[in-house]
Amino acid sequence: MPEVAEIQRALAPTWCPGCGNFNMQKALSEVLAESGMGFEEYVMVWGIGCHGNGADFYRSQGFHGLHGRALPLATGIALTNPDLKVIVEMGDGDGYGIGGNHFIHSVRRNIDMVAIFHNNQIYGLTTGQASPTSDQFMRTPSTPGGVVEEPVNPVGVAVAQGATFVARGFAGDVEHLKDLYRQAIAHKGFAVVDVYQPCVTWNKINTFKWFRDRVYKLEELEGYDPTDRTAAFELSMSTFHELTCAPDECKIPIGVFYREEDSFTYQDGLPQLDRPMWKHAEAPRDIGAILEKFE
Amino acid sequence: MPTHTTLAATGNSVVAEAMRQCKPNVMAAYPITPQTTIVEEFAGFVAKGKTDCEYVTVESEHSAMSACIGASAAGARVMTATSSQGLALMWEELHIASGMRLPIIMANANRALSAPINIHCDHSDIMGARDTGWVTLFAETAQEAYDNTIMATRIAEHPDVMLPVMSCLDGFITTHSIDRVSVMDDESVAGFVGEYEPRNALLDTGTPVTHGAFAGLGGPYFEFKKQQREAIENARAVVSAVGAEYSALSGRPFGAIETWGMDDAEVALVVIGSTAGNARAVARHLRADGMKVGVVKVRVWRPFPYAELAAALKGMKAVAVLDRAESFGAEGGPLYLEVRSALYDLEMRVPVVGYIYGLGGSDVKLELMERVFSDLADIAAGTAAPAGLVYLGAREEA
Repeated sequence: MPEVAEIQRALAPTWCPGCGNFNMQKALSEVLAESGMGFEEYVMVWGIGCHGNGADFYRSQGFHGLHGRALPLATGIALTNPDLKVIVEMGDGDGYGIGGNHFIHSVRRNIDMVAIFHNNQIYGLTTGQASPTSDQFMRTPSTPGGVVEEPVNPVGVAVAQGATFVARGFAGDVEHLKDLYRQAIAHKGFAVVDVYQPCVTWNKINTFKWFRDRVYKLEELEGYDPTDRTAAFELSMSTFHELTCAPDECKIPIGVFYREEDSFTYQDGLPQLDRPMWKHAEAPRDIGAILEKFE
Repeated sequence: MPTHTTLAATGNSVVAEAMRQCKPNVMAAYPITPQTTIVEEFAGFVAKGKTDCEYVTVESEHSAMSACIGASAAGARVMTATSSQGLALMWEELHIASGMRLPIIMANANRALSAPINIHCDHSDIMGARDTGWVTLFAETAQEAYDNTIMATRIAEHPDVMLPVMSCLDGFITTHSIDRVSVMDDESVAGFVGEYEPRNALLDTGTPVTHGAFAGLGGPYFEFKKQQREAIENARAVVSAVGAEYSALSGRPFGAIETWGMDDAEVALVVIGSTAGNARAVARHLRADGMKVGVVKVRVWRPFPYAELAAALKGMKAVAVLDRAESFGAEGGPLYLEVRSALYDLEMRVPVVGYIYGLGGSDVKLELMERVFSDLADIAAGTAAPAGLVYLGAREEA
C-alpha cells in the first residue's frame, strides 16, 4: 500500500507559501494512505486552477482536464470501470462557474464519486479576479467597482438538488478535513466536499484568520441531524454570509451538512456496470445464426 | 492632426487603451491567461469612469461571446478579449457572430491549445477558428496591436463588411512585454472610428426583427453563407482603404502584408506575428554577409492576401513558410497551405518549404532563423531539394 511519501511526488509544489492547497494535499494524501487503496484502485481528476497544479504533485492514476470539465471527464472514467474510486478536485471558478452546469447534473445523477472543491472565493491562477463564490461587493482587479452578483452557495445548491452527501471543510483544520474525506470516500453516491481554502496571495478578506474567527463544527452543534435534508438546507441558507459580517454575528458551520445512506446511484441504474467493461464478455458479432431463424 | 504620445507599455495595456478610445457600449469577458490584463485594465477604466461602457463579468467564455452577441444584436458597439481554450469554448458562438453579421471586436492573445496543458504562445487557437468567418488581423508588436484594434473597429462596422473582427497578438511575447508604443489622443481616435450605425438592431423597437431564426429546409441558409463570402471579400478593399486612412493619421504604414528586403531578395521567409522581428534581425545580418534574403510578414490573415503574396514572392528561388500552428494530416501548417495556394497561378514555380516552430512557446532562437535561411540558400543554389515539413528546433528526446 502506498505511503504518504509515495502519494506525494518529490516535487516542491508551485503553490504560494501558506496556500490552503498544502493542507488539502496533506489531508487527502494521508487519508488515501490510511485507506489502504493501491494505486490501481483509485483515479484522480483535476480541472484548471491552482488546485489543478496538484496533478503534478500527486502520484496517482490521473487526468488533468480542462476548465470546468473535470466532472464529465470523471463520469466517463467512473462508468468505464466501476471498480475504481474516482476522486475529483476542482476549484470554485472551475466547478461552480465555468463548469457549474456539470456540478448540478452530477448531483442529479448521484454518480458514485468524490467531488472536492478548493473554494478560495477568487480566481487564484489568473491572479485575483472575482470568482462565482466571491462575496458580493468584493473589489478585485476584474471588479474594481465591486462584484455585482450574489455568490453561488455550493452547499445550498447541492442539498437543494438532492445530493446524497454534502460537507464543508476548512483547509485550516486538517484533522477535521481528513474526517470529511474519509466519510466522502466511504459514501456510496455523489459526495460533495466544499472546502474553504484561503488564497493567501489574492484574497485578502477571506483569510485563514477570517475563517478561524468564524468556523464551528457541525458535530458540536447540539441536536443537528445530518440526515434531515430540510434542516441542512435551512442551515446552508441561514449561515451563508457576506464579507461585511462581523465574527460574532457570522458563524460558519463546517462538517457534514447532509448524508443519505444507501441511495440509488447512477451506477445502480445501469446493471451492466456490475463489473468493468473489460470484464464483459465480447458481444457476438456473427449474427448469421440469428438471421437464419427468420428465413 | 492627432497628438501622439509615446508610452512604455505592454501589448495588453495598449489594446485596453485602444478599446477605451473606440468607445464600446458593452464588454463581456472572462479571465484567461494571457489575455486577462486587457479586460482587467478595461475594468479599471469602467470603475474610474473613464468609459461609460457596460462591463459584464460572466462565468465562461461561451457566456462572454453569447453576451457580446446579444448586445451587438441589440445595436451596441461590443468588444471583448480571449485566448486559447477561451476562444475554443467560444467556437459555436463565433459562427453566430459572423453569421448574424454582428461587428464585434475581439482581441485574441495567441496561446497554445491543450492537451497537454500549456499557457504559452502559438497560433493553434486562432488557426482553429480560421473558418468561423471573422476578419482576422495579426500584430507583430504592441504598436501593431494598438493600431489593429482601432482599424478593426472601422473595418467591422463598415456597411460593406458588417462582420466581427479578431485582432491577434502573441501571448506573453507581445501581450506582456513592455514595448515602445505611440498612442493617439482620444478625440482623434473617436473621430477616426466614428459613431456606430447599427442595422436591424433589437433596440430599434419600431421595427421588430428576429435574429438567427431557422433557415433550413429550402430556407435562405445557403444564400446567407454566400452573402458572408461576399462580405469578407468586400473586406479586402475596406481593410486597404481603412489602412490607408489610418496610415495618414498615424504616420505608420499599413498593408495586408509587410515586406522587408524584398526588392532584390532571391529567397524569402514568410511569417506571421512576433517572430517577424527575429526573422528580420537575422536577415539583416545575413544581408551584411551578402546573402540576398527577404522577409514577408502577413498582417491580415482573413481575408487572406493571395494577390499581394504572389506579387511579393514571384521569382523567388526558394521560400520558407513558418507556421506556429499545426494542421495535422495536411501537408503543412495553415500559413504554408495558403502561401502555396497563393503561388499556384504563377508561371514560374517557386519552391516552398514548410516549417512548424514555437508550438506551446517553444523558444524561437535566432539560430533557428539562420538555419531556415541556410536551407533556403542551399535550395536556391541547387545543392538541396526542399525537404518535407520540418519541426524547427524540436528536440529528439523531450
